[in-house]
Amino acid sequence: MATQKIVVVGNGMVGHHYVDQLIGYGLDVEITVIGAEPRPAYDRVHLSEFFAGKKPEELALTTREYYQEKGVKAHFGDAVATIDRDGKKVITEAGISYSYDKLVLATGSYPFVPPIPGGERDNCLTYRTIDDLGAIKAEAAKSKIGVVVGGGLLGLECANALKNLGLEAHVVEFAPGLMGVQLDEGGSKMLRRKIEALGVFVHTNKATKEIVDGKACRLRMNFADDSHLDTDMIVFSAGIRPYDQVARAAGLEIAPRGGIVVDYHCRTSDSDIYAIGECANFGNFIYGLVAPGYRMAEAAASQLTPEKQAFHGADMSTKLKLLGVDVGSIGDSHGRAEGSVSYVFSDERLEVYKRINVSGDGKKLLGAVLVGDCDDYDTLLQYFLNDIELPENPESMILPHVAGGAPQLGPAALPLAATICSCHNVSKGSIVDAIDGGCCSLGDIKSATKASTGCGGCSALLKSVVDYELEARGVTVDKSLCEHFAFTRQDIFHLCNIGNIKTFDELLAKHGKGLGCEICKPAAASIFASLWNDYILAKPHVGLQDTNDTFLANMQKDGTYSVVPRIAGGEITPDKLIVLGQVAKKYNLYTKITGGQRIDLFGARVNELPLIWKELVDAGFETGHAYGKSLRTVKSCVGSTWCRYGVQDSVGMAIFIENRYKGLRSPHKLKSAVSGCTRECAEAQSKDFGVIATENGWNLYLCGNGGMKPRHADLFATDLDDETLIKYIDRFLMFYVRSADRLQRTSVWLDNLEGGIDYLREVIIDDRLGICAELEAQMNAVVGTYQCEWKTTVEDPEQLKRFRQFVNAPNEKDSNVIFVEERGQVRPATDRERQQLIAKSA
Amino acid sequence: MKALKANKWQSVCTVSDLVSGSGICALVNGQQVAIFSVPPSAGDKTALYAIGNWDPIGKANVLSRGIVADIGGVITLASPLYKQHYNLATGQCLEDHSVSVPVYEVALDGDTVVIGV
Repeated sequence: MATQKIVVVGNGMVGHHYVDQLIGYGLDVEITVIGAEPRPAYDRVHLSEFFAGKKPEELALTTREYYQEKGVKAHFGDAVATIDRDGKKVITEAGISYSYDKLVLATGSYPFVPPIPGGERDNCLTYRTIDDLGAIKAEAAKSKIGVVVGGGLLGLECANALKNLGLEAHVVEFAPGLMGVQLDEGGSKMLRRKIEALGVFVHTNKATKEIVDGKACRLRMNFADDSHLDTDMIVFSAGIRPYDQVARAAGLEIAPRGGIVVDYHCRTSDSDIYAIGECANFGNFIYGLVAPGYRMAEAAASQLTPEKQAFHGADMSTKLKLLGVDVGSIGDSHGRAEGSVSYVFSDERLEVYKRINVSGDGKKLLGAVLVGDCDDYDTLLQYFLNDIELPENPESMILPHVAGGAPQLGPAALPLAATICSCHNVSKGSIVDAIDGGCCSLGDIKSATKASTGCGGCSALLKSVVDYELEARGVTVDKSLCEHFAFTRQDIFHLCNIGNIKTFDELLAKHGKGLGCEICKPAAASIFASLWNDYILAKPHVGLQDTNDTFLANMQKDGTYSVVPRIAGGEITPDKLIVLGQVAKKYNLYTKITGGQRIDLFGARVNELPLIWKELVDAGFETGHAYGKSLRTVKSCVGSTWCRYGVQDSVGMAIFIENRYKGLRSPHKLKSAVSGCTRECAEAQSKDFGVIATENGWNLYLCGNGGMKPRHADLFATDLDDETLIKYIDRFLMFYVRSADRLQRTSVWLDNLEGGIDYLREVIIDDRLGICAELEAQMNAVVGTYQCEWKTTVEDPEQLKRFRQFVNAPNEKDSNVIFVEERGQVRPATDRERQQLIAKSA
Repeated sequence: MKALKANKWQSVCTVSDLVSGSGICALVNGQQVAIFSVPPSAGDKTALYAIGNWDPIGKANVLSRGIVADIGGVITLASPLYKQHYNLATGQCLEDHSVSVPVYEVALDGDTVVIGV
């Protein structure tokens, strides 16, 4: 049989998901993707992050290279104009034709612009694609006031974007309330109240009659009630309409209210044509959320395999943060079902509104609305999706959590079919399978099942399920640091802090057993350094340090060391460069520029270290802590001082940051960078904490790293002034130092932090735990007690004794250290070279 | 106290050269010897151990620069290169039983540290 030709029209989130499914099946098919937008699929759900500084590439879900690698032919920037069903081919607007055996329509939808006279004016835009966002941004730069037409989910997100762009933002809604689809009247009112308090103007019950020239602004909107509103720009976000025109012209069945009619295999009225996502109409309904779209893509893709899946509609419950306000909607939120009974809780002081709609017998949850507090969402959703019988007093589900209050639905009560992660459709059953298959940590489960790697909304629920299942298998998740301490690193940190413990002997006597080992000793040494910042080679600490810390240098494979002086921000004077060259030459050291913008000198014997450092300290160098689990470098680009594009002095800021945190001991190494503009030449987004300059200040990115498992840093806060930036970094670093596991980078720490980056924001920005003052004080203490360890060491004759190669033979060298020359410098001899050299000399 | 079997002893340094809880290296008859001073635990006296300085797995003279580690009650030395443990009393590698390092007798003669040869 000839290879089947599959043509996929549309490369949005759902279209791409379909292609990904087919790639995953590894079928013998030829896939062609045709996308009207100029770029491959991107994440439309997080589109508004574009305004917070995210670049189009960062929103991308795939790349041309990926498609190429997988043998997928991709054609972007050209839309399909006609479907020739008899000839089984499609023809694009540019006139290119592609023949198909199976055609998949994933053309999505377009924003509905109400037919208002004047709505076609230049200052009237829509909110759907990256190009739309670019246009909004450009228009906003010329505007003071902006109006969003449409008070739904997208409209409010757009209003938030306008507000963040510095505009006075208004929302104009035709209906009596905001988010009328998802919220009941009470919820909608509470949402309005909260949004208005944030400075967004809300106008409901407003039908726009016409848009004319404005007086104070460029435009004026005249409403049916004869009132008017002046504005500089208007964004329409009044719902979506399916792109079904091409299908309609081809004679496929179209639903009365639009959308290509599909069956539960997502097949259209032509059995060789499928439709998925927002262009499809299933059961007289268009699913405008991404998760149902993904389910449709999966069902359609499976039709090419023996194991055909079906799409039976999807739950439209949703939880989100709009302008920082938590909003949740589950099932029948309006309580429209016959005989249903409602419970409502409203607290106008805290601005919280909750409602549940239950069946007449009070046994089943039919729907819910949550505004201002979504803590109960996960539990309610599980009751709803799994038909779990409600407790005797259903109102306890939403009443404030006072003692003896609401029963939390434990992970044990969930059936195996319960969906834990709706983004990736991961059930409790698949998590249980993953655990049975050998996964035994939250991180393992996440990478095996993809659970909680989408929107992250299920992270707390996932953790409770994983913990419960592991425990049920008798896997005591042993968090002991090692055999000597039945505590986590975090526990030990707090024990030392509260108990004022300053030495390992004291710690062992009070909280441990045995003599300690290579795991607990360096961990304790690091904790003592973070807390008390003593000289790390002081007598009680010296035996605790890893060899690199013991000799303040990095041991290489042959037992020699490398030397890395600090070059803050990568800035160095010619004189200092000359000193490095002279020292390297004198001690015959191999020199290499590191990725962190400093210079590494290799091949120093242990006895040479103090001699080398004496010269470096005299020339004004300080230790670079390359040997420590501590701050390494703060990389920088040249910034506004020299660069044509720079908007802030990135070098100055990098030097300040590096000097502030140098010497800070932490659970693992810390790297940072500062870029002077969004071109990001310093690669700050690959660092534990990265700073990128904006016109108005600095954007702070947290918890990235390169290495074996690279992770992009998350945007944490935007447009900070110098003082706030440093304050946040102080708090972040100390919070990490306090709470991370041993040898846990910030990226893994964040992945394991319940609540993720949002929780981190609450701790660091909102001071949810009330510890910020303490964190800052602790950081100031560390900064205030900094010493250059090498300076202290070279000035102390007792310390210098430890650097003797042989305690009894001062003039002898380690005969096993043998160098050969390569490219004009030394390197350790290989085993073979070593044998040859020894044979020759014998 | 164990009986001393060595016929000859060579002095290498004084007590003040030892680093409590850590190691130093001496050259004894051309051999590199790593000497460790392990601080007392629960009533014991400070114990001295001496093993070869050559790490047969990492292939470098580095064992004197490792960390003294108590593994299930056995006093060992964790290699600074790849962290294998060597029993300080017998020289046996805990991770690979086919590997061991030489052990030397070590004692104090007054304030002088001596190695059996």
